[in-house]
Order: sequence, then structure tokens, then C-alpha cells
Amino acid sequence: MANTIRVRAVSSGEVTEVQALVQHPMDSGFVKDAQGNLIPPHHIEVVEFQHAGKTVFTALWGPAVAKDPYVKFSFKGAQKGDDISVSWADNKGESDSLVAKIL
Amino acid sequence: MPTQIRPDRMRRLILKSAIAGLVSGFGIGWWPKVARAADAAQWPKDPFTQKSEADAIKALYGKEAEASDKVKLDAPEIAENGAVVPISVSSTLPDVTSIAVMVTENPFPLAASYKIPPGTLGMVSNRLKMAKTSKVVALVESNGKIYSATKEVKVTVGGCGG
Repeated sequence: MANTIRVRAVSSGEVTEVQALVQHPMDSGFVKDAQGNLIPPHHIEVVEFQHAGKTVFTALWGPAVAKDPYVKFSFKGAQKGDDISVSWADNKGESDSLVAKIL
Repeated sequence: MPTQIRPDRMRRLILKSAIAGLVSGFGIGWWPKVARAADAAQWPKDPFTQKSEADAIKALYGKEAEASDKVKLDAPEIAENGAVVPISVSSTLPDVTSIAVMVTENPFPLAASYKIPPGTLGMVSNRLKMAKTSKVVALVESNGKIYSATKEVKVTVGGCGG
């Protein structure tokens, strides 16, 4: 299965900065196709980031988040070499997840 | 004279030790690296389907926001492409528990909401779609109160397909 998630998490001192880029159409439901029919909404609803079994960030997205969404946040308590996991679920029941190492 | 262990006690002892050994083996590093799936059930449909900024704030937080200079919203003055508008929210307020971003002129003003547990910083960067020139509102929840910052972003090419 092609992975839709790219993550870069870098630890500096006690703060880890996480950037994630997810491949997803994020169709808002307001755009028409060539035939003039509305393309139904298809967007990520929830993105969860976890470290050491604890959720460190949750993104709740509506259709107004841009296509191929990018998000950046920072948290404390992790260090280089730790795992960070990212997983998303969309309004059509699709999902994907990834575990990455903190640099 | 050593006491002889009865067979059923011996069986229990072996079983207990085996289980203890198994459980202790599942320490950190042993557990398979599987991300726990995000649960779409936690998506709050009500705030995301409100058609006005005020209704969306009410549905999301149940209270009104007060403008604060402790909330910083970075957004471009002019967004050439309304389909991808980068924004950043940060705050010097203590104990931030959530951040939300609204685009007031969008059909559904609430664009995104973020849950910030203890230990996570009160800041987020993201990219939004803006239908047209609009106010962008950043809301930060700190110690149960909601604070906001607003910025007008001009959009030259709308983000909803024209």
C-alpha cells in the first residue's frame, strides 16, 4: 500500500518539532467536475500524533484544509531516536498510518 | 524436612511465572511498532457544519472569544492562490488546550481545530482553502477561556475552484 504520510520530526533541546505532509485530495464538495457535477466531499477528518503511547497532538480537519495538507507543531518530552506515530482517518472511512524516528 | 509442593500448587506456580515472564517481556522496544489508528468518530460534525463564525465558535467552545494580543496569527496580506493559504497560530498564553482556525467567508467557517495536550506547545502551522477575501480568525483555548486574533487576507484567485 502506498504510504500517504511524510513526517519529519526533529528534536532540539527539550522540544521536538514535527512536520507532516499527507497526500490527500481534500475535496471540499463545492467544486464541479468537467461535466458540471459536484465532486463529493472527501477529506481527512482526524489526524493523530502519538509518542510513547500518548497522544501528543490531534488535528480535526474540515474540507477547508488545503489539498495535500501540511501541518507543523511542537511538543516536549521526546528525544532523538524515539518513535513518533501518525495516523489519519477521512470521511469515507479511509485511513493510513506511519511510524517514524525522531531525528 | 523440606515441605513437598503439592502438584496443583506447582502447576499454578509455573503458570504464574510463565505469565509474569511473558508480561515483563512486553516492555518498551518489545511491542510491535504499530500506530494506533486515528478514530474518525472523534470528529465533531456540529462545529464543522455551522454556516456562521459565531455559530461555529458556539458549537465548538460553547462560549464567546475575547480578542487578545497574546494570540499571534501569521497569514499573508494577499493570498495569490486561495486554494493554499499558509497560516500559523502561536500564543504566549499559559496551558493552551486547543487552537481553532476559521475563515469567516467560507461556506463553513471552521477550517480546522487542534487538540493540545499538556506538554505540547500552543502553536500550529497549516494551509487552508479560502473561497474569497475574508477574515481569518485564530482561536486559542487557555485555562477554559477562549482568546482570538483576526487578520484579513485578500484572495486574488478563490480556493474553491473559481
